[in-house]
Amino acid sequence: MRTVIYLCIGILFGITMFKSEAASWFRIYEMFKFEAFHMYGIIGSALAIGMLLIQAIKHFNIKSFYGEKINFHPKEKGIRRYLFGGIIFGLGWALVGACPGPMFTLIGVGFASILIVLIAAVFGTYLYGVLKDKVPH
Amino acid sequence: MDWIYEPWPWYFAGPMIAFVLFLLLMVDKSFGMSANLRTICTLCGAGDKVTFFKFDWKSQKWNLVVVFGAIIGGFIGANLLTTDMAVAINPATIANLQAMGFKSAGTSYLPTELFNNSALLSIQNIFILVIGGILVGFGARYAGGCTSGHAISGLSNLQLPSLVAVIGFFIGGLTMVHFLFPFIFEL
Repeated sequence: MRTVIYLCIGILFGITMFKSEAASWFRIYEMFKFEAFHMYGIIGSALAIGMLLIQAIKHFNIKSFYGEKINFHPKEKGIRRYLFGGIIFGLGWALVGACPGPMFTLIGVGFASILIVLIAAVFGTYLYGVLKDKVPH
Repeated sequence: MDWIYEPWPWYFAGPMIAFVLFLLLMVDKSFGMSANLRTICTLCGAGDKVTFFKFDWKSQKWNLVVVFGAIIGGFIGANLLTTDMAVAINPATIANLQAMGFKSAGTSYLPTELFNNSALLSIQNIFILVIGGILVGFGARYAGGCTSGHAISGLSNLQLPSLVAVIGFFIGGLTMVHFLFPFIFEL
């Protein structure tokens, strides 16, 4: 049952990524050129509503569908890993025009070349695992 | 019923993403797509050699299901909910891209010059896709999250590290588009 719920959430997410054009290389390029409000509107409104929802969950102590306390995982403190990692991620995001979520979506759309990007992203993740103790955090 | 085939405006898409975040929280999970890349490494046996990948992948099975749903969602979005895949970006952006050699700007979902199967005949294109993918995968794990984990989940939860990561995303993205593209796409 839970698997079906996860699947449905994923389908909703995939449709949203495709239909909002957030999975389009062109939209990402346009965003980094500051030539449209579209992507900023998507991220900004998702963020504003997300903040309200999370504050509401915390404030009213809203329980999950299964009646449990909702846990939030605070990010570890630090600057360097987030800044350096973020910059590296941003370079790649702008180049291939897809972050991890949309990569999966685009495979569903049928772009075979995105498989190359995804395999490379898995390899990049592996590289991080190998170099983890050698890069500043 | 034609509206169903139209692209979604930001004020519909953004709340939808927040709804996905909310649903995941309500089923005791969190919103983060790049974690799946690590799980895939583990599934490929990376845990035998590198401790970072030595974890119980079954604890992340739910997220693999979500991402499998995202693949199906892409299929549904493109095949059942869309008739014209062209992305109507700013005409000024289209003109600018066409001058750079991206003739497909304004007529397709992804630039055909880079993502069509015929584009894979060019070593340079394959190199771009591979390097881009590696940067995304490496950077996401280094930063501990991607757009969903930091820009949406983390910032919504007022996490300072996520703000630093998002600033990093933009430093990287702006550098790529404004300073490196002229060298990479010298067509």
